[in-house]
Amino acid sequence: MAAKAVPVPTPETRPYWDGCAAGELRIQRCVDCGKPYFYPRPLCPSCGSDNVEWFTASGRATLYSYVINHRPAPGFEADAPYAIAVVQLAEGPRMMTSLIGVAPTPEALELDMPLRVTFEQRGDISLPVFTPAAENAEADQ
Amino acid sequence: MSNAGVIIAGAAETDEIGRLPGHSTLGLHVQAARNAVADAGLTMKDIDGIATVSAPGPVQVAHALGIYPDWIDGTGVGGTSFLLHVRHAAAAIRAGYARTVLITHGESGRSRVGAPPYRLDLSSPAGQFEAPYGTLGPTTTFTIPALRYMKDYGLTHEQLAYVPVAQRQWAAKNPRAMFRDIITVDDVLASRIVAYPFHLLECCLVTDGGGALVVTSADRAVDFPKPPVHVLGTGEASETPMISQMIDFTESRAFRQAGEKAFAEAGITVSDVGHLMIYDAFAHVPIYGLEALGFVAKGEGGAFIADGNTEPGGALPLNTNGGGLSYTHTGMYGMFAIQEGVRQIRGEAAAQVDGPDISVILGNGGMFATAGVLVLGKRPR
Repeated sequence: MAAKAVPVPTPETRPYWDGCAAGELRIQRCVDCGKPYFYPRPLCPSCGSDNVEWFTASGRATLYSYVINHRPAPGFEADAPYAIAVVQLAEGPRMMTSLIGVAPTPEALELDMPLRVTFEQRGDISLPVFTPAAENAEADQ
Repeated sequence: MSNAGVIIAGAAETDEIGRLPGHSTLGLHVQAARNAVADAGLTMKDIDGIATVSAPGPVQVAHALGIYPDWIDGTGVGGTSFLLHVRHAAAAIRAGYARTVLITHGESGRSRVGAPPYRLDLSSPAGQFEAPYGTLGPTTTFTIPALRYMKDYGLTHEQLAYVPVAQRQWAAKNPRAMFRDIITVDDVLASRIVAYPFHLLECCLVTDGGGALVVTSADRAVDFPKPPVHVLGTGEASETPMISQMIDFTESRAFRQAGEKAFAEAGITVSDVGHLMIYDAFAHVPIYGLEALGFVAKGEGGAFIADGNTEPGGALPLNTNGGGLSYTHTGMYGMFAIQEGVRQIRGEAAAQVDGPDISVILGNGGMFATAGVLVLGKRPR
């Protein structure tokens, strides 16, 4: 059985993956216009500035959208059906992720439910995934 | 700048579409090219410009046809690429870079004969930030925005399921369509789930086939056996290489941007449009397309289709060949959407609508990655 895909970092993305290895979700923001962004790249996508910096995001997010996939990718055969989700970080940017600690069913996966980041080892890479965080709902109110 | 002086003089598909294990990808290009050039009453010697996507690419296709072009376009931005080729060809013809451009598509999407293996580079952004989460092609990515749209705008599962129901009614009139049996919403919802909320019948086909176009200047219209189809307006746009980075999951910026350009250039509004093609890789895409082009208000696309407006007898005939959901979908369906627009303007479609003066074609590339729009007309502006 083929293994799950393992991301191959590039120089521009290495700080992100190093952050994950340290158990932190590090993303970038523009020093000039202040906007955080994801995925890692050298210029601010909002204003074009190269005056950008890395920071550690809160790891809090909400569920923006998802599918429950019944035709597994290589290595995911034992997981199917599984959710492929896009989450919105508390800081604003969105990212694709997996959801763990929750059933991959429409009943269990409610859009906008609060989530928090956790990390899963995949080869040499620590991969950010998300799990329900009921306490966020109260903290946000 | 105007597009008024450019026409589609030749248009044809491969002899057959569907399951064609006896033809390679290149072979399908060649057959489609032969048919389109013949449709224009020309020979390969008349062609001085070539456009197609990579694999096998314009150099290979031109060489296989014995063409040594003065103008080459290898734009490959997914299934809408051929709409962009028409736009680029129109500009090249106006600029005098080419006089007669051949645009080809061939794809052994189902049989995979002479087709490149699919392999995602795991150091690319999509390879690093999407593939590790178990994506596997369009069914796992193009589909992700739909639940957000459903929650925010109240689109129901039944309304989504009605999209293939409406299009099957067109396919039933088309002997070349792969699926022609009438279906119901219950049939759609009873088909197996591919990626919730999408059932099998809400996902496009995977087929083999091809098509080609001959684009030239309108002042030569009298030279051709078929009535000219005027390229009145064109648009193109890109948004995102990864579905996770789509700006707003409830609307396509690229669809809207390309549509605005094309409609403005043609000087038309939605009320001028008698026939519409919207690339339908999945059931939600025509809904996004109707809204992006301004045919309905945001959030109303699903009800508009479910109320019967786009099916035979409706006010806005949409995807009249049966679409990617029922007619054919080689992988890069845009060429087939253009072909149906041409047939409808010429009056030679299998499910011919009542004499449309204007046909609009909206093409999608990738997963809401790119868009192309063509406004085709029976007459010059």
